[in-house]
Amino acid sequence: MPAPPPSSAGPVSVALLDHRRDGADAPLLEVHDLHVEYLSPRGPVRAVDGVSFTIRPGEVLGLAGESGSGKSTIAHAILRTLHPPAVITGGEVRFRGQDLLAMSDEELEQFRWRDVSMVFQSAMNALNPVMTVGDQIIDTILAHQEMPRQRARARAVELFEIVGIDPGRLNAYPFQLSGGMRQRAVIAIALALDPPMMIMDEPTTALDVVVQRDIMQQIEDLKTRLGFSILFITHDLSLLVEFSDRIAIMYAGEIVEFAPAREIFDNPLHPYTRGLMSSFPALTGEKVRLTGIPGAPPDMVAPPTGCRFHPRCSQVKPMHRQVVPRLREVTPGHFVACHLYPEMG
Amino acid sequence: MRYILRRLGFYAVAAWASLTLNFFLPRMMPGDPESVIFARFRGQLRPEEVEALREAYGLSDDPIFLQYFTYLTHVLRGDFGLSISAFPAPVTDVIATGLRWTLLLGGVSLVLGFVVGNALGVLGTWRRGSLLDSTLPPLLIFIGSFPYFWLATLALYLLSFELGWFPLRHAYSDRLSPSYSLDFVQSVLIHLILPAGTVVLVSIGGWLLGMRNTMIATLAEDYITFAEAKGLSQRRIMFSYAARNALLPNITAFGMALGFVLGGALLTEVVFSYPGLGYQLLTAVRNLDYPLMQGLFLMITFAVLGANLIVDLLYVRLDPRVRGS
Repeated sequence: MPAPPPSSAGPVSVALLDHRRDGADAPLLEVHDLHVEYLSPRGPVRAVDGVSFTIRPGEVLGLAGESGSGKSTIAHAILRTLHPPAVITGGEVRFRGQDLLAMSDEELEQFRWRDVSMVFQSAMNALNPVMTVGDQIIDTILAHQEMPRQRARARAVELFEIVGIDPGRLNAYPFQLSGGMRQRAVIAIALALDPPMMIMDEPTTALDVVVQRDIMQQIEDLKTRLGFSILFITHDLSLLVEFSDRIAIMYAGEIVEFAPAREIFDNPLHPYTRGLMSSFPALTGEKVRLTGIPGAPPDMVAPPTGCRFHPRCSQVKPMHRQVVPRLREVTPGHFVACHLYPEMG
Repeated sequence: MRYILRRLGFYAVAAWASLTLNFFLPRMMPGDPESVIFARFRGQLRPEEVEALREAYGLSDDPIFLQYFTYLTHVLRGDFGLSISAFPAPVTDVIATGLRWTLLLGGVSLVLGFVVGNALGVLGTWRRGSLLDSTLPPLLIFIGSFPYFWLATLALYLLSFELGWFPLRHAYSDRLSPSYSLDFVQSVLIHLILPAGTVVLVSIGGWLLGMRNTMIATLAEDYITFAEAKGLSQRRIMFSYAARNALLPNITAFGMALGFVLGGALLTEVVFSYPGLGYQLLTAVRNLDYPLMQGLFLMITFAVLGANLIVDLLYVRLDPRVRGS
């Protein structure tokens, strides 16, 4: 049974961890105070710095932020596919109460894909170029379930039908498929073991807009049908708002705002979130000049003191340069790490 | 299939080009054999004698293109003329005796070096930074950097001459005649150990380093992480995903090396007096045996072409992307 995570005084509010841990709403995945560092000659790069969140069964959690804000690193930390020089230096990751960071290699091999699968950003590079896509599905199934090859193949046919590719293409090599088809093939692989949770790391970034729509629609349909949870990672906030239940905004390795999707859209609080929102054009309505966010993401070997966003913030006050803002609840369910907002209550 | 046909066409053209070069290059050199012969006899030759020599060496005053045509038809018939150093044996017979020893020595050492070098490269890179990975590459490169003839002579001197563990020369014992008897095979194997072993020893490092380089690049690919995330076993990822892809560039290098096998490991064969093509080439050069030299050069050219063809065909099997383009 999951022990309650130690409520040591981390930089992040423990209130974020799900309060209702009993019944059907018990969290599927709990990440608590996760730290990941990339060891570099200049010193450790703090890619993920004290991140906590939970995902409930069937929930879609969106993770947004600029490139280099630590989104993908979190994904790889959950599956424990980080390689040196990246090292998990602290925190806890629990899946159904099981401590992932304490798993042996064998346990990990079983946990991966059976419990959490992942759709990679670039499908072309995620598929082995010298193996047919069919074989790549089959070897995934056979790595986890003992069954005759024929049955695994039948399952592959089924999966291709689910994602809408002609099963005849199972014998194709990745380079023979279009970008959209490859991404569907990767999704088919992700579905292979019917996992309760899926991580999607920018699943449509490499595709053109029309195919993007198709794929997102398909993921949406599959989710409703199969009921898995999704950790959805993207820098495309408009996509995220439409698709997620809750959204966490990351900046420089930390979650700076965390709220239900609608709330983030209607009422973004953190100046960074506001900047992100105004970086995307609205499809309808008046023409507005996009503002974007001035400056560049900080150097993570020596991040700025106080609020990490202060060098780029338009509302910065002297105190912000010194005091680190805690992530706190400012309205029910809406957390933000910014000095501009007083804590609720 | 179209790819294969295209490659075959390409090789036919390349073969023709090398034949043509082989014919014209010597004839583009200043001077002609006749005057060289004449000079060698310090002009003390009577016209009949000159005529006799021309006859013997097959020199003619036909227009060059007619000569070229004659040459081509002879080559196609497999007629490379008579060897001078082994007169009157035809060049083809002389080459045939050397060929099998070169194939044995070159083939065994190449395949062994390739397999062992690549296997060590894969294993070492998989556990990057391990003892195997940090000691083997520098050690093998160190060994590989010695001049081969020096290392081979040293091995021959210490292991054969001083310690008497291995025979000093030749491909099999002088007291045996070639047959398929156990004694003979045993003798061939014992004679093979030192020449092949030294070649393997110096070549492993190169293969290992080549494999290590491509492995490191391959391990950084997304599909490796994806395979890992899929929960595949380490073995499966290492062989079917990483090594399988990393091997491709090394196959090309293997093809090149395969072609040069027939050039004979010249130094090896000389040091160990191994009766292969390289040894023959040396003999041919020493004795100014032009027909034999020409035959050997042609043979080497064709071997390189043939080996490349084999690799091209192998590539079609190994890399599906080649089939499509």
